[in-house]
Amino acid sequence: MRKNIILAIFLTVISAIIYACQNASEIELSTYISNGKDIYRANCQNCHGENGEGLGELAPPLTDSVFLEKNKSKLACYIKNGTDQPMTINGKTYQGKMPAFPKLQTIDIAQVTVYITNAFGNKQGMYKYEQVAKDLQECK
Amino acid sequence: MKKSYFSLLVLFIATLASCSNDKKLPIFGEREAKIIKGADGIDRIDTVYQTIPNFSFLNQDSTVLTQDAFKGKIYVADFFFTSCTTICPTMHRNLKTVYDDYKTNPDVMFLSHTIDFKYDKPSVLKKYAEKLGVDVAKWQFVYGSKDQVYPLAEKSYLVAVGEDNQSPDGYMHQGWLILIDKQKRMRGAYDGTKAEQVEQLKKDILILLAEEK
Repeated sequence: MRKNIILAIFLTVISAIIYACQNASEIELSTYISNGKDIYRANCQNCHGENGEGLGELAPPLTDSVFLEKNKSKLACYIKNGTDQPMTINGKTYQGKMPAFPKLQTIDIAQVTVYITNAFGNKQGMYKYEQVAKDLQECK
Repeated sequence: MKKSYFSLLVLFIATLASCSNDKKLPIFGEREAKIIKGADGIDRIDTVYQTIPNFSFLNQDSTVLTQDAFKGKIYVADFFFTSCTTICPTMHRNLKTVYDDYKTNPDVMFLSHTIDFKYDKPSVLKKYAEKLGVDVAKWQFVYGSKDQVYPLAEKSYLVAVGEDNQSPDGYMHQGWLILIDKQKRMRGAYDGTKAEQVEQLKKDILILLAEEK
């Protein structure tokens, strides 16, 4: 009997810890998303639009989930340093130039990337600050 | 007593109705009174309004564009540059919705002046127009020297423009969309970065078209 009680307490504690952990990561994700939204509004929305719809052929939409997933490790470099590489997005080629945003810190880039990849019909979860720092070192 | 309230109410409604019926847009800019001798020899006072002076620019097809292109039309003018990353994309995103609304109306035109006299040559404007999806005669993109464009912006359209070493793009300017009537007078100014003001512009274009029929 006593064994059972101890086991029950043990299991409750373990599940509480797991639940708390999950909650913490969910909270972190939603913090990233809400901060990222502000950064997006201030820096990206002019060209890419309120709903990530883009602007003609001047600025590509941010709704191509496959592209975002495939190029996730390059997104930080695009944002920090700008890019003039042609890109095929939603089957259309875009050749415009994207300006650099050198003022954005690594944490800002992480947050805005998480916002973009979880808004406009994308749902790709977390992209951590540490990973962004690593990706930024690989910029070409 | 009741009757007088009622008649007041009727009067009030009638006033409101008459207001909305012949609604006219204001005329902006300087004005002066001028005495004009009529055909009957009697002096009359006439008001002379500020108008957009003649201009000659190269458009996105490298052909000369003058006011002849806007004869008998109303148009919306603005100042921008193609490498602008701040307000211009929003301005043109909004202006394009106005363009879409009046696409089929031959009496409405659009005129965008670049203030980047160093880089925005006609070929650059052409590419920009194509990419925005509006490379048509109805929406003209024009290039001119600094001496041509800047005074026109500031004195005639009352839009502040300038070079700016502090801004990352190298230029500063205001995002006004200016509505010009068939007599080249300024009839409205709308902040092109604000969706609600652009909606007002769409409504005012209708009023102006009705007024000038």
